Amino acid sequence: MANFTPVSAAIGGALIGLAAVLLMVATGRIAGISGIFGGLINAPGRGWRLAFIAGLILAPLTGTLAGYPLTEPQMPASWAVIVIAGLLVGFGTRLGGGCTSGHGICGVARLSPRSIVATAIFMAVAVAVVAITRHVLGA
Amino acid sequence: MLPIAGLVCGFVFGWGLLISSMMEPAKVLAFLDVFGAWDASLLVVMAAALTVSSVGFALAKGRARPLFAAKSLWPDKTAIDAPLVAGAALFGIGWGLSGLCPGPALENLATLSPRLIVFVIAMAFGMVAHDMWQRRRATAPTGPVTAGTDG
Repeated sequence: MANFTPVSAAIGGALIGLAAVLLMVATGRIAGISGIFGGLINAPGRGWRLAFIAGLILAPLTGTLAGYPLTEPQMPASWAVIVIAGLLVGFGTRLGGGCTSGHGICGVARLSPRSIVATAIFMAVAVAVVAITRHVLGA
Repeated sequence: MLPIAGLVCGFVFGWGLLISSMMEPAKVLAFLDVFGAWDASLLVVMAAALTVSSVGFALAKGRARPLFAAKSLWPDKTAIDAPLVAGAALFGIGWGLSGLCPGPALENLATLSPRLIVFVIAMAFGMVAHDMWQRRRATAPTGPVTAGTDG
């Protein structure tokens, strides 16, 4: 585990948890990003949703001032994989009612059985997909 | 006040993803690669986030109402049903293929990476496709309606 970064992971994770608590205390909403983004389409309250996403995008831009370089994310080489993965993340998170934040953090923190099951499933499936793409197909 | 609260919370959330390197798909894929050079950092991120949010939520539950809204919208669904399982599995495939979940995907729009922008457009399409499908099912004479989100 050469790239294990527990200190920055703990600080970052605590901030994510803090953001989820602040959103609940201030607005009464669950900090689930798929729900916040997906709700832009037809749920009420477009303003705070757009503002949350704006804050999300603003963070790395201000990060450059604090020594966090803004680097392009490492994306799959294939455009087809990018499109398929995007479609699956969008459709799947709406069908399952949440993603890593809504189920994985907020839901598990509430000890919601639905969220614990969803988190176990998407983690296990993603691990299996990476095992196949990296060690079966990519070997 | 609601949009200001949203902006601040999104900003703090974004800084959390930034500091923990969780907005980098490569870092996330290194966590998911348990049969390779496994990087357990994501587990620490989750443990820290869960510690803070479980204590914070427990305190928040005792409050009569949120600061800037009429009431708290705690998710009330409890059924472990087919849409939950299927949705989580489909999301898991997309997450494993890309290393991106919705938060980091949106945050990375800041980089203006063309590939990332295409991913976010596809993600939005997937969400719209789901909502249209649910609406059609809801107006059909048979078939259960599944709506609402947990987060």
